[in-house]
Amino acid sequence: METLSLTINGKEIVAEKGKKVLWAALENGIFIPHLCSAGENSLPFGGCRLCFVEVEGKKEPVASCTEEVTDGMIVNTRTASVLRLVRMAFELIMSRHPIICRECPANKKCALQDISREMGFKLKPKKLPQILPDLPVDDSHSLFTYNPNLCVLCGLCVYICNEIVKEAILDFNFRGFITKVGTFQNRPLAKAKCNSCLKCVEACPVGALSRK
Amino acid sequence: MMGKAVRERFEELKKNALKDFPGMDGKKGITIYVGTATCGRSAGSLEVLSSFEDILKTLNIEARIVQVGCHGHCYAEPMAVVSKPGWPPIMYGYLTPNRAQILIRRFFNEEDPALEWALGAMEENDIVPTVYETPRWSRERRWLLKNCGCIDPEDINHYIAVSGYEGLTCALKIEPLEIIEEIKKAGLRGLGGAGFDTWKKWDICRDAPEFPKYLICNADEGDPGAFMDRTILESDPHSIIEGMIIAGYAIGAESGYIYVRKEYPQAVSVLTTAVYQARELGLLGKNILDSKISFDIKINQGAGAFVCGEETALIASIEGKRGMPNPRPPYPANRGLWGKPTLINNVKTLASIPKILVYGNEKVSSVGMEGCMGTAVFALAGKIKNAGLVEIPFGTTLREIIFDIGGGVPPIIKVSNVAGELPKTIKKQFKAVQIGGPSGGCLPESLLDTPVCFDTIVETGAIMGSGGMVVLDEDNCAVETARYFLEFTQKESCGKCTFCRIGTKHMLNILADITQGAGIMEDLDLLEELAETVKQGSLCNLGKTAPNPILTTLCYFREEYEAHILDKRCPSLECKDLIAYYIIPEKCQRACDACVGSCPTEAIYTRRDRLKAIDQEKCVKCANCMDACPAQYDAVIKISPISQLPESEPRDDNRSN
Ligand code: SF4
Ligand code: SF4
Ligand code: FES
Repeated sequence: METLSLTINGKEIVAEKGKKVLWAALENGIFIPHLCSAGENSLPFGGCRLCFVEVEGKKEPVASCTEEVTDGMIVNTRTASVLRLVRMAFELIMSRHPIICRECPANKKCALQDISREMGFKLKPKKLPQILPDLPVDDSHSLFTYNPNLCVLCGLCVYICNEIVKEAILDFNFRGFITKVGTFQNRPLAKAKCNSCLKCVEACPVGALSRK
Repeated sequence: MMGKAVRERFEELKKNALKDFPGMDGKKGITIYVGTATCGRSAGSLEVLSSFEDILKTLNIEARIVQVGCHGHCYAEPMAVVSKPGWPPIMYGYLTPNRAQILIRRFFNEEDPALEWALGAMEENDIVPTVYETPRWSRERRWLLKNCGCIDPEDINHYIAVSGYEGLTCALKIEPLEIIEEIKKAGLRGLGGAGFDTWKKWDICRDAPEFPKYLICNADEGDPGAFMDRTILESDPHSIIEGMIIAGYAIGAESGYIYVRKEYPQAVSVLTTAVYQARELGLLGKNILDSKISFDIKINQGAGAFVCGEETALIASIEGKRGMPNPRPPYPANRGLWGKPTLINNVKTLASIPKILVYGNEKVSSVGMEGCMGTAVFALAGKIKNAGLVEIPFGTTLREIIFDIGGGVPPIIKVSNVAGELPKTIKKQFKAVQIGGPSGGCLPESLLDTPVCFDTIVETGAIMGSGGMVVLDEDNCAVETARYFLEFTQKESCGKCTFCRIGTKHMLNILADITQGAGIMEDLDLLEELAETVKQGSLCNLGKTAPNPILTTLCYFREEYEAHILDKRCPSLECKDLIAYYIIPEKCQRACDACVGSCPTEAIYTRRDRLKAIDQEKCVKCANCMDACPAQYDAVIKISPISQLPESEPRDDNRSN
């Protein structure tokens, strides 16, 4: 396998050709916040906009989940312009995410808490007011619950359901701020007759999909 | 060898097409061309059409009526061109069913062409001045719109008779790489708004090793206030089909899609007919014009999502998935529809292709300016006298487009209720022009001398976009304008990425607060930071351009934002929460009560001195009283900030209103 070398935050690392910067960094113990990347071999989703890094020679920060490594590449994950974007992306996510960790099924195993700890960002947004949608919780399925108010729209569950399990039950519903995950025509989950593999629940990085 | 057979086959088609083509010269008898594109229809052209039919029948005049598309002079719809032997063809505007009847009677019974309704003749002559001498036409350079309004879009023979498919014939004579070279020399750039070099896109797609390749015509025009593509789709569909066949040949694709929005039903039906007719004549399908080339087209209807104008979302939509953008690279030219190399071009780009091959690259590139050659089509809308389409060489200034061609900002006419008194004309000042729709920016008077081209417009903070130009006058508030566009983009955000889905919502809320007088100065910094990060961080161009209306109004009209925040004042008197309607007692007339009945909430009462006044508690700020107050009094005004409202006078208790 062809390998090449690059530097991330001053650290020299070796990576396979074709690998995305995000995974090269993570495998070498360098944390880059991310929510929506389903793994190395999937097509990047590119939705969470948390994984920005700066690549020398490029005018603007780039999303590391879509950027392939190149030989001699110089990457920085914590420059001022990167942090400006990542901080704002995180603020935006947290501005529509209720901060109710103690009651949340994902408490202590939540990707948002991880990012907050690793990056030193407060969970509660500093600049933005919270706009919390009050969308109905889907409690119809006997094994799991979907709470759209906790959902960060990372699309992992949609990806698993369609591309891995190939059940094609979940997709996105609506547009704009009220976009949510749901079934065809937004029917209750119980009516969608899924195979109850619960892979989507496992994939959910927050408490939006949870076991009963 | 291929060339000769193709040419022969084409000449045959053309000969056949000319047989039945009426032409404008009147040689084949009386012909009346009525514009029945969407703009004409909404102005009542179908009624005008049947009125023509009736009167011709009554008077026993043998004439042919041809339904044509739109000339782009939408302000003057319904329109018709009357071609009568012995006269030049004359174009009429502002028709009504009644006028149509009178026109025919006068023209045919009395040899009086009713020139007061004429916009001009369509050909040089000694009797009637031509439309080409009018300020609007004289500055235009009609290449893309050349056939619009002159041919029947539902008859392929009309298109062929005016040299349609000639470009294809030229193209099939040369090698694909020569076509690409020709496009390169002509300097054509993507007219969908991005301005990317067309030849480069073609070249990448051609070089992609995989097969089959696909070609998509992006006809998902969705900007509020833009209707260039619709007009071309409805009025000259074959120019797009011809462009697509040539593009298909150049890149090596055999199947094409036209992705057109479902909200354009007439465009869909015209296109369907056009594709069918082209297939019948062997211009689509296998061995086009007896050559070795094959190409066919499928029409795909979009379900009305603005984001599907974005290449990757459009592809997802054709594949039957939710119209959501994907990260690029991979670019569609390498990995597009069904994972195959795909070329996506806008309607206008594709419609330009045949012209380049017929005119030759020298002629095309001799027009325009450095870096932007050829012509651009704009849709003029908003506070502008001559709304409609204009096609101008790149490099024309905004001022020329808006004032010389568009006629500038129209005044408001207020009617007096005194018999014999002339209506009062209230002049209105130009304020700004929003270019590029919700993705574009709002440019003030001081930038009107900017020559129009992709690069110069980007420098101002707006974008060329697909060519929508909405003119605003002094009554339009800059903050409200930004809010309006943000409301649109927020609703249309596909919801995939954080910046666009949530960021536009915050920006919209801040703008709404400011227009309601609830803004604070710190909001402006936050707004700016949000706008900059959303622009930089969003995944696709919808999000990346959504902040443009905010950034440009903040840059050019910052004092308006400040007035809303600091003084609770809307300088344009548009933001309802910051204005109050007031009747000036000195101007109000005791004998008049025109406003009273106009008020839907009975907010107008009679004071003790029998003048009228408005009960602010009841007023819903609909402006009816202002419109109802006769021009000779003109007593109703808007006041902002509301704190400046004079104290209200008590009501006359003996009266019910
Ligand atoms: S439910 Fe969970 S996995 Fe699915 S989109 Fe929402 S946050 Fe992501
Ligand atoms: S910028 Fe907006 S429209 Fe584009 S991908 Fe992100 S959410 Fe969707
Ligand atoms: S991980 Fe890159 S955008 Fe979400």
